[in-house]
Amino acid sequence: MPKKVSEMEEGFVMTTPRSSMQTKTGSWRAFKPVIDYSKCISCAICWSYCPEPAIFLKDGKYTVDYEYCKGCGICAAECPVKAITMVRESD
Amino acid sequence: MPYKTLKDLPLEEYFGPGHRLCQGCGAGIIARLVTKVAGANTIIVNATGCVEVSTTFYPDTAWGVPYIHVAFENAAAAASGVRAAFNAMVRKGIVDKNPNVIVLAGDGGTADIGIQSLSGALERGDHILYICYDNEAYMNTGIQRSGATPYGAWTTTSPPGKISPGQKTTKKDLVGIAVAHGIKYAATATVAYLLDAANKIEKALNTPGATFMHFLSPCTPGWRIDTANTIKVSRLAVQTALWPLYEVVDGEYITTVKVPKRLPVIEYLKVQGRFRHLLNKPEEIAKIQAYADKLAEKFGYGPISP
Amino acid sequence: MKTILLSGNTALSYAVKQLAVDVISAYPITPQTTMVEKLSEYVANGELDAEFIPVESEHSALSSVLAASAAGARVFTSTSSQGLLLMHEIMFITAGLRLPVVMGIADRAISAPINIWNDHSDIMAQRDTGWISIFAESAQESYDRTIQAYRIAEDENVHLPVNLNFDGFILTHTYEPVTPIDDELVLKYAPKKRRKLVLDPNNPMTFGGLGSPEYYFEAKYQAIKALENSMETIIEADKEYKKISGRGYGLYNAYMTEDSDTVLVSLGSIGGSVREIVRRMRRDGLKVGSLSLKLFRPFPAKELAEVLSKTKCVVVLDKASSPGAIGGPLFLEIQATLKSFDVNVPVIDIIAGLGGREIGPEDIRVMLNKGLKVASEKKVDKLLDYVGVYL
Repeated sequence: MPKKVSEMEEGFVMTTPRSSMQTKTGSWRAFKPVIDYSKCISCAICWSYCPEPAIFLKDGKYTVDYEYCKGCGICAAECPVKAITMVRESD
Repeated sequence: MPYKTLKDLPLEEYFGPGHRLCQGCGAGIIARLVTKVAGANTIIVNATGCVEVSTTFYPDTAWGVPYIHVAFENAAAAASGVRAAFNAMVRKGIVDKNPNVIVLAGDGGTADIGIQSLSGALERGDHILYICYDNEAYMNTGIQRSGATPYGAWTTTSPPGKISPGQKTTKKDLVGIAVAHGIKYAATATVAYLLDAANKIEKALNTPGATFMHFLSPCTPGWRIDTANTIKVSRLAVQTALWPLYEVVDGEYITTVKVPKRLPVIEYLKVQGRFRHLLNKPEEIAKIQAYADKLAEKFGYGPISP
Repeated sequence: MKTILLSGNTALSYAVKQLAVDVISAYPITPQTTMVEKLSEYVANGELDAEFIPVESEHSALSSVLAASAAGARVFTSTSSQGLLLMHEIMFITAGLRLPVVMGIADRAISAPINIWNDHSDIMAQRDTGWISIFAESAQESYDRTIQAYRIAEDENVHLPVNLNFDGFILTHTYEPVTPIDDELVLKYAPKKRRKLVLDPNNPMTFGGLGSPEYYFEAKYQAIKALENSMETIIEADKEYKKISGRGYGLYNAYMTEDSDTVLVSLGSIGGSVREIVRRMRRDGLKVGSLSLKLFRPFPAKELAEVLSKTKCVVVLDKASSPGAIGGPLFLEIQATLKSFDVNVPVIDIIAGLGGREIGPEDIRVMLNKGLKVASEKKVDKLLDYVGVYL
């Protein structure tokens, strides 16, 4: 969305922390990680390695936020108990 | 307090999501970890590069802590300015807290164009932590070789040809250069070993004066690796002794991640498209192996065990 | 306060001390050095409570004060010549980020050949960096303008960097009587105030992001307009300063321009010499005048068009060149101004004084006589001439 000069802060300073969250990078994804909670041991590895971050601890469970997950597959590759599968996004 | 398990890492996020770094980007993992460990009372000074363009795409900023980018070659000088400002303002009672001041700069911004301002800041001993996220080429401009590109690697300006193996030189020893300034703390790190890295960041921040970290950061398009293999390749770099993990405390080199049984370098090379042209050139692989052997000896890594 | 003997450099340093600057960063270069030496002394003696960053280059000097300013500190740097060229890249960024950095420039020639003496090639090469650019004629003026510079730069309607130009050696190293104003008066006139947009962990902001084609133009436009609009603040700052010190300088010093046949337009320390020659030539009945310009950016076009419309030929003295152009940088500016404001007065250009070549009384007479000739013949034979070069 274009901004008028008057809508810009002086020196185009960005004053909203993490305003990038308005950009839903989930649309980049070709494969999505699906966590099988019957296997998940909550080791935090997928959470710690996520570059976005798009995995968060929610109600004690590591949960993928598909709004932002770009589908890199690091979480599935690093999961020590193979609880994460990369599933092709349906068109 | 040292980080013993991944669950010791703070849950607070000060970085992303919604940034435009590539899928599987090592630098994203680094930016996130650094801000987690450093916390809210931190100012990030970023050199021009991948992280800068991908995380500050106006009006989207991925940063939850104060952030400034000035130019490519001057991140260390800018960080010195921020530190000086806070020193003066805290003394005069204008602000109450002196924050962490952390530089994030790529290998081009550190080893090449930014090495002068880095040297100045290290020599002056300004209390900043300078972190070089090293993806081993100018990735932001489309994979051109830098002074940190490893021997034999393909880049668009070190293409292998009839009379060239690819990159003809070995990486600059950035930690060695930093340590030569007499700084109290320097270390290597890489994304596969996050706890090792987290503890080093914390140590660096708690060390007076200037500190330096050289952080190997796999680049999925530039290294020609699958986006899921960032951690795997980072781990192989350590296990082959091509990227030993160590710290230098008051000039003393200490290995932080020991590798009793080392892998041959071919294990690292064969998973990356940037080394594919070397796979049928045993003499070139032998050179890289010899380089790893030397590092292994220096840092006490074990013998090769296939 | 009582009058003391100061050079241009030490007068400026004295003002910086009174302004209670928080961060100074500089790299030594002749003829700026005595300025930073003095500031280092003030800091070392505890007379000025500031951080002095002894950087490894001018590029880092400006980079560090830029970032310190973003963090909310009052900052100062200074340089000259090659050092200013090394800062070139960061000058644009300082203005683009709207940071009130103040810089002293000991104007000096540019290599090659390397030369440490005065001309204006260094600052003219920074013309389009977006800074306010002020020229001084004396040590007193260097002092006074330094104090004004902070009030202007830090004004809420401005928030732009300011450079203060004083001619290398001619002003930087000449000791003159200077009357400072009281310390409290300085800070009352130019009070330190915290900007809304600063690097603050309690209120995280991002400085220096990427402006894609959708946003770049607006960001740029904002900084361009800020420079344009700073004129009002600059004029007001000078007026207010006059109230407390008795000294004001205006946008220019016009001397004997009203009824003149020709006016010599100059920048910097040469103004006093020109006025003296004008006085002498007037004694001989020659209708000559002088206009010493004090502000180069923003360019006071409307004001100049008005004052120069009253003469019959404008002679511009350029202490810099624009190789390949029809004249020097100041000439191009004046010529464009007069044409744009429909002032139909011929303008000729003289390039002189490059690399410290002395501009003597006779040279100034030659320049004014060229103007008188154009005024009487009503035609321009030579748009651009060089005075003082051995051909």
